[in-house]
Amino acid sequence: MPKHSRRLLSGIGLLTVLALGATACGGSGDDGSDAKKSVSEADVQAALQKGGTLTVWAWEPTLKQVAADFEKEHPGVKVDLVNAGTGNDQYKALQNAMSAKKGVPDVAQVEYYAMGQYALTKQLTDLKGFGADKLSASFSPGPWNGVKAGGDGIYGLPMDSGPMALFYNKKVFDKYKIKVPTTWDEYVTAAHALHTADPKAYITNDTGDAGFTTSMLWQAGSRPYTVDGTKVKIDFADPGAGKYTATWQKLLDDKLLAPVTSWSDEWYKGLGDGTIATLATGAWMPANLASGVKNAAGDWRVAPLPQWTAGDRASAENGGSALTLPELGKNEALAYAFVEYANAGKGVDTRVQGGAFPATVAQLNSPAFQNTAFPYFGGQQANKIFAESAANVADDWSYLPYQVYANSVFNDTVGKAYVSRTKLADGLKTWQDASVKYGSEQGFTVEK
Amino acid sequence: MTVTTTDASSGTASRRTPLVRTAPRLRSARRRPEAGRPRRSVLLTVLTALVLLYSLVPLLWLVISATKTQEGLSRSSGLWFDGDFALWDNITQTFTYHDGVFTRWLLNTVLYVVVGAGGATFLAVLGGYALAKFAFPGRRAVFAVVIGAVAVPGTALAVPTFLMFSNLGLTNTPWAVIIPSLISPFGLYLMWVFAGEAIPVELLEAARMDGASELRVFFQVALPLLAPGIVTVSLFTMVATWNNYFLPLIMIKDPDWYPLTLGLNSWNAQAATAGGQPVFHLVITGSLITIVPLIAAFLLLQKYWQSGLAAGSVKE
Repeated sequence: MPKHSRRLLSGIGLLTVLALGATACGGSGDDGSDAKKSVSEADVQAALQKGGTLTVWAWEPTLKQVAADFEKEHPGVKVDLVNAGTGNDQYKALQNAMSAKKGVPDVAQVEYYAMGQYALTKQLTDLKGFGADKLSASFSPGPWNGVKAGGDGIYGLPMDSGPMALFYNKKVFDKYKIKVPTTWDEYVTAAHALHTADPKAYITNDTGDAGFTTSMLWQAGSRPYTVDGTKVKIDFADPGAGKYTATWQKLLDDKLLAPVTSWSDEWYKGLGDGTIATLATGAWMPANLASGVKNAAGDWRVAPLPQWTAGDRASAENGGSALTLPELGKNEALAYAFVEYANAGKGVDTRVQGGAFPATVAQLNSPAFQNTAFPYFGGQQANKIFAESAANVADDWSYLPYQVYANSVFNDTVGKAYVSRTKLADGLKTWQDASVKYGSEQGFTVEK
Repeated sequence: MTVTTTDASSGTASRRTPLVRTAPRLRSARRRPEAGRPRRSVLLTVLTALVLLYSLVPLLWLVISATKTQEGLSRSSGLWFDGDFALWDNITQTFTYHDGVFTRWLLNTVLYVVVGAGGATFLAVLGGYALAKFAFPGRRAVFAVVIGAVAVPGTALAVPTFLMFSNLGLTNTPWAVIIPSLISPFGLYLMWVFAGEAIPVELLEAARMDGASELRVFFQVALPLLAPGIVTVSLFTMVATWNNYFLPLIMIKDPDWYPLTLGLNSWNAQAATAGGQPVFHLVITGSLITIVPLIAAFLLLQKYWQSGLAAGSVKE
């Protein structure tokens, strides 16, 4: 096995060159670290007394206030909050720094889907020895499953979560007297009705998005990835995936999906003018709607995510990230103190006020949170729907230990179903093959 | 028909060929008066117009879009104005957003361009002159290395460069952007060719005969002759450094040292971040402000730029 994990170590890099460089320099740092690090509450207090500077890489906007509050509470501590890019950009930078063994931040924001590759190669500190295991009941199931990254360690504390819901433009639905769908079959019917009534309007936009597709599979009960250390199984042929592809294929065949890429200016435009009528996405969306689609304030509402079987309450997570302690970072006790403050302590309320969606049960269940009326949604208490969704997320989903790579080839494989006659199910099969091939090349034992 | 007779007298073997060859030459000579005013080709004019349109439409879009508010951007068509004319307001906002960080990025870019591109030009001029005018062993090897370096895309070297700078402890400092920018193989090659053509060896020899030191020969004789080439190379390196994205992207993580390219991208990325605020109007206005200095440089220096490009293309 050591030979195996060495190959793994060398393989899992975003950039092959880098990964090779890392092996050449010697993977010594990782070999002897089986003894779990442990930091006690007293160590944390001592570190806070002593003070020091923390480098935090994160793009989450509400952390700015949290860092300022933390500095105020602990005068000796300086938090250097660096936005090293959103998502992939930051992972590349992080991977570069880890390979160079220099400039690695003390705390880094990592999305749940991307944690596997860092956790498996032990580039993130297992926080069990820091007392993080005692916090398991504090977080909702989806995110907590996320920070375990398919293993038995705890590689970060959940920062935000994205239990899914259906955001819909009520004005458009009312105008054409269309019923808000509660099942995905009704969703297809509504898509037809809307596009017939207004050929410029679409039920939603989708040009192929790995995160969205995996979340939809998650809700449909599909579990395409099974991970056990370096043993991986990839299978997109289970019944759950079949339900998803059958339904989504109908929308693709009849061209009922707006060919607009999410987050583009066209997308913001479509959300504002009613040509994109719904979004099935994570509960972090309200802040983006409020700041990016101001002209449609009052038009939008939130409904529970449509179901695969009428009367069910299944949900899934879409997006969300944790704060982690990279193994090569310094000042672990202080770093943990900050992460705990931001994600399980006082920082959570600050971030919720700033518009972030929490991953902590206490906030999700608090009456103050649930009764918050959103002026953007015409006064609707949308958090009730989000909180219920969070509680209904199945916690047995896992991503691949190299999901970042897999997602990067999504558009070359599944993406074809969006632009050609390739069937969605065939696209998933091609994605599966590409993921299997890459996994085998990287030294994983991959079973189809 | 004097031409034919002279040719015929030159020899029997070549008798036929010159006859055939001279015919078109004579005909073209008759046309010569028209050559001063080239014939207009409708096809070429249309093609040029299309290319012009293709290159100007994005600029037009940029200028028009910079006059719109964030809401205006999404409610109006891309190639016409929205009701509100918000250009001045956008410019003010661009310079004041996030505590005026845009000014900082602008100054960073200027620093990288002045020191990086300026240094690159200076080194290219020195090197090109030396390679063109001094014979020394290993010149061919230098030539091979330079040509090879032109062929290697900078992107391919970025990661090894990062690891090297990381070990030197220079990442996240302006040096990490400036030092790699100092090397411009293409600029060196251009200066080399240009110096070979533009400086007559006799002139250098004359100067040396008069007792001028090598430094004086370079600065007072060679340098003035090289001016058009220097402008060309400095424009090249300036554009490359001003627009450089990938190098600072991997080298610099501290937003205080970002150049404009990275800074604008970070504003753009805000729109794709959960909880982030889309500021497309500021990204667009910022982009417009970013290209203004480059356009100005081109307009001011285009005379030199053109003569510099053409130099060395014709062997006299």
